[in-house]
Amino acid sequence: MRRIIDTIIEKVIFSCGTLSVIFVILIFSFLFMESFAFFKDFDITKFVTGRYWYPDSEPALFGILSLIVGSFLVTLGACLIAVPVSIMTALYISEVVSKSVRDVLKSLVELMAAIPSVVIGFIGMIVLVPCVRKLFNVPTGLTAFSGSVMLAFMAMPTMVTISEDAIHSVPWQYKEGALALGATKWQTMRRIVLKTARPGIMAAIMLGIGRVVGETMTVMMITGNSSRIPHSIFEPVRTMTAVIAAEMGETVKGSMHYKALFSIGLVLFLITFLINFVADLFLGKNKNK
Amino acid sequence: MHRYIKILFFFLVLVLFFFCSCLKLQSEKDRYFPSIQIKGSDTIVNLIQELSEEFTRQHPSINIGVTGGGSGTGFVSLVNGTCDIAMSSREIGEKEVMLARSKNINPDGFKIGLDGIVVVVNKNNSVDKLTMEQLRDIFTAKIKNWKEVGGEDREIVILSRESNSGTHIFFKEYILGRNDNRKSRFAVRSLIMPSSQAICNEVFQNPNALGYVGISFLNSGIKAVSIAVNGNSEYIYPTLENVMNYTYPIWRPLYLYTNGKSCNVVKMFIDYVLSETGQKIVLKTSFVPIKNKSKKIKS
Repeated sequence: MRRIIDTIIEKVIFSCGTLSVIFVILIFSFLFMESFAFFKDFDITKFVTGRYWYPDSEPALFGILSLIVGSFLVTLGACLIAVPVSIMTALYISEVVSKSVRDVLKSLVELMAAIPSVVIGFIGMIVLVPCVRKLFNVPTGLTAFSGSVMLAFMAMPTMVTISEDAIHSVPWQYKEGALALGATKWQTMRRIVLKTARPGIMAAIMLGIGRVVGETMTVMMITGNSSRIPHSIFEPVRTMTAVIAAEMGETVKGSMHYKALFSIGLVLFLITFLINFVADLFLGKNKNK
Repeated sequence: MHRYIKILFFFLVLVLFFFCSCLKLQSEKDRYFPSIQIKGSDTIVNLIQELSEEFTRQHPSINIGVTGGGSGTGFVSLVNGTCDIAMSSREIGEKEVMLARSKNINPDGFKIGLDGIVVVVNKNNSVDKLTMEQLRDIFTAKIKNWKEVGGEDREIVILSRESNSGTHIFFKEYILGRNDNRKSRFAVRSLIMPSSQAICNEVFQNPNALGYVGISFLNSGIKAVSIAVNGNSEYIYPTLENVMNYTYPIWRPLYLYTNGKSCNVVKMFIDYVLSETGQKIVLKTSFVPIKNKSKKIKS
């Protein structure tokens, strides 16, 4: 009897494991097939370097350079805000504060991850967008900057929790050693703790970036969706995710526009895949130590 | 070991139970509750919602689901068979008819009302009238500053809709395509807003913004602009009366599209919309009713 249950459980676990692998392969091949059909009709260099996205004009223009730049700008802005704040928060939670406060803070940060992206977008639209317009005296508050700020909020929980884990797992002997040699607490943190935890922190940042790149709802609501190449972060931009979400509903299955959206999906998939891959490299480095 | 079996058994029962309830719901739904799925234009989604509420009050056994998404979305789901009625703020395109025919669906259109398109600006904007030529130049970014049309020295922020919006396509053809300029398109710098409500929100808080929405979206927080066909003609303010007597120049018909004349319930709903009580609701929600009752258009 025990053996039977054992084999059943084993089979179930095996099939679950292989299923997720199969799904990834299927999704990838589906994306690839649709995109390949698109690139047969539309030059791939024109697709990546074209500046104009006019899928409904005659002839249709499918240039995603402005969308790539938009995604990149929003992500970069979000990182510039989220990374320093997250690392500081992680340091504070794991090194400075007492244990009881730490538990409260950590669970609060994790709670932040539970806020749905529509809610974050809505708050951004009502509160942040008018402020940005008045504060920086720009024509509209629907800018890449607004998107970056709100996305930073979404990336922070991931970044904080994972880098906190990394910092927490720095052996106490290192710290004691540094303190015994006469280093101040700050010196210990900066030279010893952060350095030892660096691979983990890098992985945390990468995973956070992965979340920001793929985020759709928030950016669609507050970045303005203007598909031209921006000159500064205070201009409206359109991201790849927003285009897919906004236009998927109208496209007829099998049309050029439909395939073009899948091609954007492929580009997006490649980018997030690359980010995850880099994060894995850092995490792997951490384990070997 | 015992525990595992129990848990497994429990899950099995749970799954079975779930299946049974699903099956039962499904069969009950088919037998007793005929349902209509309506999808499409954001412009008239409120109107159809209102109409369907009234309709289900009279026929409590009928379920009606109404979702927006844009006229294009409505046609696509009519073709894909995921809805019974497509709401639209534009006529069905030739390509869409061909596609529907190839999937054995015959789109059948009914004109249910007229809608005025208003150009809205912030309340603090001093500009209160524009000609249609000026509008075209603004939306194609020939005019970039409010001072060129008699306002303050500020950049114009153009708000547009996504390409699946019937309002977008109508505006593009009717305003941007004036004087045979059929190839003109919205400026690259225009912001693409996800819904008419989003346009209203941005116009409400931004004095530089300019957008277009259906007349039913007009509220006290934003200002509509009087429109003249050209520099010589009179500027007309968009009121319901002015749309109704055709003096306001920017208006378009609204449609419901069904698949042939297949289903009884769908026919009943269309008849209700075109009936006198239905048309009263059309007027109540700031649309212009069709005078010529049950006027049918060619698909």
